[in-house]
Amino acid sequence: MSLLLNLWTILAVSLGVFFFFAGTLGLLRFPDTFTRLHALTKADNLGLGLVVLGLLPQMHSFHAMLKLLLIWLLVLFSGTIVSQMLAQAARSGELDS
Amino acid sequence: MTPSLALNLALALLLLGMAGWAVLVRSTQAAMIGFMVYGLLLTLVWTRLDGLDVALTEAAIGGGLTGFLLLGAAVRLRGVKCGVTTQAPSLATRILAALAASSVTLLLALAVLTLPSPAPSLAPAVAENLAMTQVGNPITAVLLAFRALDTLLETLVLVLAMLGIWSLADDHHWGGRPGFAIAHDASGILLYAVRILVPIGVVIGGYIFWIGADNPGGKFQGATLLAAMWLLLVLAGLRDAPTVSSQTLRLWIVLGPLVFIGVGLLGSWLAGSFLGYPQGYAKLMIVAVELALLPSLTLILGLLIMGTPKREIGR
Repeated sequence: MSLLLNLWTILAVSLGVFFFFAGTLGLLRFPDTFTRLHALTKADNLGLGLVVLGLLPQMHSFHAMLKLLLIWLLVLFSGTIVSQMLAQAARSGELDS
Repeated sequence: MTPSLALNLALALLLLGMAGWAVLVRSTQAAMIGFMVYGLLLTLVWTRLDGLDVALTEAAIGGGLTGFLLLGAAVRLRGVKCGVTTQAPSLATRILAALAASSVTLLLALAVLTLPSPAPSLAPAVAENLAMTQVGNPITAVLLAFRALDTLLETLVLVLAMLGIWSLADDHHWGGRPGFAIAHDASGILLYAVRILVPIGVVIGGYIFWIGADNPGGKFQGATLLAAMWLLLVLAGLRDAPTVSSQTLRLWIVLGPLVFIGVGLLGSWLAGSFLGYPQGYAKLMIVAVELALLPSLTLILGLLIMGTPKREIGR
């Protein structure tokens, strides 16, 4: 059972790291603010989400699991808001490129 | 190479790289953002060293609050013409500067290398006497019992820093409201976010404050979070920045330091030394000091970010 759980952790965290990697690549390579934001939020959503899901079985208490999930939800929430605001600023021309 | 060693090495290299970037990059703003990233990396390093209290403080104050203050300063300096000549300094000046700088580094390196090994440590003494303070977290015990004077002075320094920022105000804005900008929020998305985020943030801030007695956390980290929530409220336009001449505001600001000094004086009467705690009452007095410091620190940290008064009283 614990072998299975460990395998799940390795799989999910690796997949999460892949999304972070892809998001970073997008941030560096994409041409404008909107596509860069798109790349960045993928890292938050899927990357962190998969890392958190992968780490859940390694936690020793239900309390710690809840905290991990809460962290993911908070990052999701703030990421959404910040990217919306950045996109608005970019549309109204407050940011240069 | 073990994975943990590889991780430590990678972190150390990243940290050095980020420090180099913050020093060498030309744009002031990029340097400040580099400094904030450096603070976050340092948080990871402290976590690796099991210094969770320091890690929390670094994330909240070192990376977050200080970074934000420096970024504000950078934005303020943008477009300011400096009076210094832009000519490159002469070769002799540059060689002298390089010599001076490298000798400081050399002296620091010498000082570190000549430290006695094992380093002198008070940790065993703290561990032995921890039970006397009735506090479970040794960091809190050190900050508020064994080295309480340091913490008291730290708090006073923050009050002084805030007064320094206030005193930069023009004469006719003196005592007015800080000119902290309200965000342009056409679609109301920030307002929505603030309404959801602030209650959560206040609960987490209070939680971090409360568990400080027995676990990593405490008043500084909690106050930073609470101050951030306050700033969000002001930023979204739900609450205006306070008038800094308000007596109520000033009373709350000095409440923490005053209670701290009061407890200290009580100690010199009951326990025989300034900031000494009478037997059996240590935890009670530590909690009292922390409780009184929390609102004061929250206000001070928030006001540090809000900056110099820029609007007249009543506007």
